[in-house]
Amino acid sequence: MTQHDPVTQHDPMPQHDPVDPVGLGSPAGRYRMLRLIRGFEELALGLVKSGEITGGIHPYIGQEAVAVGVCAALRPQDRITSTHRGHGHVLAKGAAPDRLLAELLGRTGGLNRGRGGSMHAADFSLGVLGANGMVGAGGAIAVGAAWSARQAGEDRVAVAFFGDGALNQGVLLESFNLAAMWRLPVLFVCENNGYATTLPAATAVAGSATGRAAAFGIPAAEVDGMDTEAVRAAAAEAVERAASGGGPGFLECRTYRFEGHHTMERLMKLRYRTPEEVADWRALDPLPRAAALLPPGRAGQLDASVAQQLDAAREFALASEHPDPAGALEHLYADGLRPRTGSGA
Amino acid sequence: MRLSYTKALNRALTDALAEDPAVCVFGEDIGAGMAGPTLNLLDRFGPGRIVDTPLSEQAFTSMAIGAALTGRRPVIEFQIPSLLFLVFEQLVNQAHKFSLMTGGQSAVPLTCLVPGSGSRDGWAGQHSDHPYGLFAHAGVKTVVPATPTDAYGLLRSAIADPDPVVVFAPAAALPVRETVTWELAPVPLGSARIHREGTDVTVVAVGHLVHDALAVAEELAPEVSVEVFDPRTLHPFDWTALAASLERTGRLVVIDDSNRSCGIGGEVIATAAEGMRLVAPPRRITRPDGTVLPFAPGLDRALQPSRGQLRDAIGEVMKHRAPVRPHGEGPAR
Ligand SMILES: Cc1ncc(C[n+]2csc(CCOP(=O)(O)OP(=O)(O)O)c2C)c(N)n1
Repeated sequence: MTQHDPVTQHDPMPQHDPVDPVGLGSPAGRYRMLRLIRGFEELALGLVKSGEITGGIHPYIGQEAVAVGVCAALRPQDRITSTHRGHGHVLAKGAAPDRLLAELLGRTGGLNRGRGGSMHAADFSLGVLGANGMVGAGGAIAVGAAWSARQAGEDRVAVAFFGDGALNQGVLLESFNLAAMWRLPVLFVCENNGYATTLPAATAVAGSATGRAAAFGIPAAEVDGMDTEAVRAAAAEAVERAASGGGPGFLECRTYRFEGHHTMERLMKLRYRTPEEVADWRALDPLPRAAALLPPGRAGQLDASVAQQLDAAREFALASEHPDPAGALEHLYADGLRPRTGSGA
Repeated sequence: MRLSYTKALNRALTDALAEDPAVCVFGEDIGAGMAGPTLNLLDRFGPGRIVDTPLSEQAFTSMAIGAALTGRRPVIEFQIPSLLFLVFEQLVNQAHKFSLMTGGQSAVPLTCLVPGSGSRDGWAGQHSDHPYGLFAHAGVKTVVPATPTDAYGLLRSAIADPDPVVVFAPAAALPVRETVTWELAPVPLGSARIHREGTDVTVVAVGHLVHDALAVAEELAPEVSVEVFDPRTLHPFDWTALAASLERTGRLVVIDDSNRSCGIGGEVIATAAEGMRLVAPPRRITRPDGTVLPFAPGLDRALQPSRGQLRDAIGEVMKHRAPVRPHGEGPAR
């Protein structure tokens, strides 16, 4: 195989490594995941444009270093909650790109059998407790997961990803208090991409993000969110502290989304960022920075391997079946209670 | 044994905690057992399972959801029914939606217990709502027990259920006591109870109003045969039992201590009108549209369903005589 398949020969995604099943343990593996997320988003953007994905998505392009850096610091048993901009987190925790894409397309082969879509993608088998459409909602859910792990005597850390916009949701601040009072193994990861939709964080967040966590006695650090290795180092420290009983941590990752808030944004012709600002941040693209850590030629090989994987994902997702409308309310109740039919059913 | 309603809830929690180590309780002042149902639980089960929370309803409700998603069976006790409005996001938007949104990957076995729902003397506008209809409307499993044994049995079933369930213990039912000579047992969700059989009119009474309906039925017994129907759970509702009851009586009065418009009373009547046997136009007794309970006791009472209204409504529906059925059709009356 070595001769004929130089691409997969070095594929850093070991299929059966129980400690590092997603393969984020090496710089090559992390680069590969950055590329996978980037490529996945580009593919999804194309499918939105062609009308195959209905409703649009919130692209993660530009912020990949945060998901990859944080998830590289996690163990398989650790859990995450995610946001409306969640594809990167879900992939970096190990979800299969083909099933995530099928979910975005609303197909039966999707992670959520087509019932969740982009904003609710979840994979409980990997500890992905769901992307969430309500800003800030995942924060306290992660606190609950951390509490429950501790009660069960399990060594698991929970990570809550959220944006700068979520910093103004009361429930998130309430959950800082609970996590700190009870010294729960939870890591709050604020992806400060500078905007909540069009609202600049500079005009919305009084004080500082880290200051808010620090006010609750939670150790808080600010980190370059365009640098995978910096995020990973900061996250590893916080995860280790949380796992060894040191209580919650908070990371503010300074990052940027290169695309619009949502794929509808282009149609709306919103203007809230200057082209110069976008260009300045694009110059900090996490991908070339991660590629620079690899031996010459390696990044290109990994790119090719990712491209193959995404082709296969696209094929899988588009071939997956649409759910039967007769089952539109399946899974509404875990106990199988059948709701009465309405006029639409 | 004389069992009080509050003690029944306490017994249900105690038994559920003893039986299943995944069960835990969250709430304000529950360590001291302030509201009653959680009395002595902290001593017996410890702070790892009986969690006195800060005043952070949204966070501890979300937290309970996170715990439920990862293997616990949390029960939250809410001090005030109106707090449910604060956590509508958590209960309706998160807990209730998780199973469907994740395509069945997850379940949220969360129970919310609201002891003291509805009017309590002197608690006024922000402490006197009885918001069960909102949850039934949203599709969250909704339970309103009327008696101590049902309170025990329904709370046990709620805790064992894999879905979120809100259990409303009406303030006016808390003083009810019952002589219990049998072993307490779970009561399945979605099963109605007929407290008194009758042949002229079915009175569907929710929660504490079951006791008012029974009193009125007793009073009217010489002239009217009233069937007192307690749905016990509003969602899922036992429509089969209601249809059977209306087969017997053909007349329907609903008495429900929540607001009129879009309320559960309207739903019961609409469903009956769509496909059940009715020989008279049905009536409903509720709080007025959009009620906020005023403080002065006389004003508070004036807005709640009363026995007098029930008597009048029964009188109204009894004015209509059943059409004479040809021989051999329908059940004998
Ligand atoms: C509680 C809540 N308020 C408003 C919205 C609508 N909304 C969706 S995303 C968004 C902006 C979120 O900004 P931020 O948290 O910074 O995350 P980002 O989009 O930058 O990743 C808003 C206002 C929502 N989904 N939930």
